[in-house]
Amino acid sequence: MTSMVKADEIDWPELVRRIHLDQDKKAFAKVFAHFAPRVKSFLMKGGSGETLAEECTQEVMATLWQKAHLFDPTRASVSTWIFTIARNKKIDALRKQRRPEPEDLTWGPEAEPDQADVIVLQQETERLAKAVAELPEKQRLLIKQAYFGDLSHNEIAEETGLPLGTIKSRIRLALERLRHTMK
Amino acid sequence: MEQIKHHLNDSLLMGYASGNLPEGFSLVVATHISLCDECRARLESFDAVGGVLMDNDDEVAMHEDSLASTFNLIANTPEAPKTSVPTKGAVLPTPLQSYVGGDLDKVRWSNLGGGVKQCLLKTSNKATVRLLNIPAGAAMPDHGHRGTELTLVLKGAFRDEDGRFGRGDIELANEDLHHTPVAEAGEDCICLAATDAPLRFRSLIPRMAQPFLGI
Ligand SMILES: [Zn+2]
Ligand SMILES: [Zn+2]
Repeated sequence: MTSMVKADEIDWPELVRRIHLDQDKKAFAKVFAHFAPRVKSFLMKGGSGETLAEECTQEVMATLWQKAHLFDPTRASVSTWIFTIARNKKIDALRKQRRPEPEDLTWGPEAEPDQADVIVLQQETERLAKAVAELPEKQRLLIKQAYFGDLSHNEIAEETGLPLGTIKSRIRLALERLRHTMK
Repeated sequence: MEQIKHHLNDSLLMGYASGNLPEGFSLVVATHISLCDECRARLESFDAVGGVLMDNDDEVAMHEDSLASTFNLIANTPEAPKTSVPTKGAVLPTPLQSYVGGDLDKVRWSNLGGGVKQCLLKTSNKATVRLLNIPAGAAMPDHGHRGTELTLVLKGAFRDEDGRFGRGDIELANEDLHHTPVAEAGEDCICLAATDAPLRFRSLIPRMAQPFLGI
């Protein structure tokens, strides 16, 4: 039974792959069950009322379905990717601002991601989660406030103290590979 | 690509990842990242922090018919448009092109005096963002800053008290910096500059002209 499987044992990238390749509604339902309530909470902490948050969360999850082909599991975990969609929705729907996005790098010849790279990125994300959980209380609260509330960049210390070294190197490697295939 | 030496700092990357920068600053950040894989990797690791926080935070129950409504929404939404493919050899990266309406040839310049030209870009009003064209060898009026100023070089290069800035380089200036950027000889310098407060000019004439120029 899926209800007995802990969230961190679910192969999220594989579920997104099945959404992309097979329009797999069961896979989508699993992703939805886990992430939609978190996205909704995120939007409500960002100042949205319940009704709007519900509506926006449905839109975020629909975007996930439509953009499943753009997800690169060697660069981001599924939670990271959904966070970026939810954040953009928050800016767009709650702040009524436009969000300039960097030039996309995912338009190169489509290559199957190397499974080993996918796993390493997953592990790096787990290590990051652990490191964030172990930050001194005061610092973790400040970082949470930056992401959930609205600290301006002037209120964020230039040195955030976040241990981003190894996950950054993995992403850097993935970008290099992508640049290589684009040539 | 020229080697980029001047990068974004952590607070700007985290501000962009968390969605808390004014639109004009976001445009400068997105444009720099389009040119700089180093900062792109740093940004994506800040995105990962957001993912981790969201994944381990509270939940708010969705409505009972949510999943069905979402499938409905999917069925009724036209397919997302393909992301625009950057044109080879463009001077302006795609995020900037979407504000200008095309590459450099589509910029509608207006004269600032001394051969310097600018083009204000329309964004939300918490920050002002503009393209600047400084003639080869010419100087911008020397000035200080009340808030934060981000300057990203797109073409040519300039030098000031903090060093040399070429394509892709970004200069972060705040209250502590008083500078006179000078474009290098040989090529006009085109940059994208965003400020969240009006600049402070030392000489009298630019200060008088300030309200008219919108700097
Ligand atoms: Zn950079
Ligand atoms: Zn300045």
